[in-house]
Parts: sequence; structure tokens; C-alpha cells
Amino acid sequence: MKRIHGMITCVEFEEFIALYIEGELSQRQLSTFNLHLKMCRECREYLTAYRRTKEIIQASATYSEALDPSAVPEDLVKAILAAKEA
Amino acid sequence: MSIRREDPLPDHELLVRQNIGWMLLLAQRTLGNHCDLAEDAVQNAFINAFRSLEKLQDPSKLTAWLHRITINSALMELRKQRRQAEQPIDELLPEFDQNECRLEERWSYLARTENVVESHQMRALIRISLEKLPKNYRIVLHLRDIEGYSTNEVASLLEMTSSNVKIRLHRARSAMKNLIEPLLRGEIN
Repeated sequence: MKRIHGMITCVEFEEFIALYIEGELSQRQLSTFNLHLKMCRECREYLTAYRRTKEIIQASATYSEALDPSAVPEDLVKAILAAKEA
Repeated sequence: MSIRREDPLPDHELLVRQNIGWMLLLAQRTLGNHCDLAEDAVQNAFINAFRSLEKLQDPSKLTAWLHRITINSALMELRKQRRQAEQPIDELLPEFDQNECRLEERWSYLARTENVVESHQMRALIRISLEKLPKNYRIVLHLRDIEGYSTNEVASLLEMTSSNVKIRLHRARSAMKNLIEPLLRGEIN
């Protein structure tokens, strides 16, 4: 990677990612972040894969299999209601 | 319309029957490898809910209220478990050379989100990868990215600072990227 004057390292870039994703970087930090992103192929590709990972985790959660109503353990329902009475 | 409280038993039974399904799933997801404790977590969640049901001011918030109670109950079960040998998170984090340059193999292909999540096999791989995260990181990722709690809410649930939540969340996502990399690169389909 060609580094120009004032450019942060990849380690420093890494520390900025969480705040970048949350939209919490200051204007100045964002400029620094974007300059590195423009110049560094490794960080650019890493960030794309990182964001895709986050999307996949969130999207896969919506696919969680619905519980079959008949699979709800009747013993558990009874135990909960009995515990309430205790 | 006022809620009849003359005979609270049917109300409570209905409450259990209408909500136990999703609460069990939520407890199982939260408990991860300890999903055998989900029934205990849900039972305790209902007992706690019954104790304070009268204090619930806004009935429209019942589901969100039960959601939080279930999460808290599952977290209590997790805290009771002995710490198990876990893969250190550092081994799953990005690597850099001596000049602080990232070591990242070139990406010639990146799987599309919809192609991954529509595959039962790939979703199973994601679940298995989540279980490989150290517990303290998995739970932050779970609450933030899967259950949709805000950073401050996660901090409150886990009794930690918001800064720590952000750090753990970032590391957990980085580790997950590493764990599912073969899937992202199209090496598994």
C-alpha cells in the first residue's frame, strides 16, 4: 500500500471501524477514514466483507424456524402455572 | 376497556400459551450451546413476569417487556454456568504486518447475502460459527445484531459500559467474518 502524508495505518483504521459503522465518527475522523479507504485495497476489501458478514448475521436471524405449536411442551406450561400458584 | 382481574388464572394461562413458543426460541438462541437450559430460563421468566405483571402500565408493550425478561432470565442461566475452555478471540481477529499493514487475501468473489441466508446448510454453518465465539463476545453480538437491542440497552443488560459493548461487538463481527470466510468466498455452497 502506498502511504501518503497524514494517512493512518491499517491498525488505526481498524480501531475506527466500529465507530464508522455506528455513524459516530467526527467529520475530521471520517475524512481520515475515507482517505485510508481510498488508498488501501486490503482495508477496502476487508470492510466490504465485514459489512457483508454483519448483513448475513442479521438476515439469517429472520430465518429462524418457527416453533411448531404442538412442540410446546405441555409439561412446561403446567409447571409454570403450578409455580405461579406455589 | 378495563381488563377483568376477577379470575386471573385464565389470563395467566393465556399469557403463557400465547408467548411460550417464541420465548423458548429466544431463550435457546440466547443460551447458544446451553440451549438445554431454555426451559428453566422461560419458566423463571414467566414467574418474574407474573410477579410484576400488575406494574406493566402499557399492555401494548407486553411483548417487548416479556422479550427483555426472557433475555435477562437466559443471561442469569448463562452466568450460573462454569466458564468453559474457549477459543481465544485474538486468534480470530485481523492480522497486520510489522508496518501495521493489513494482511488480507485478495477477494475475487463475495457471496450475496440472500444466497447465503436462503440456504439451510449455510444458515447452519453460521449458527455453528456463532457458537465458536467466546461467550462474552457471542452474547454481545447476539443481543445487538440478532435481537436488535441498542448499544446502551446491551450495556444495561450486561452491566458493562457502552464503550466495552462497542469494542466487543466489533471484535465479535471481525471474528465471525474470519469464521465464515470460506462461505463468503464461495468455497462452500
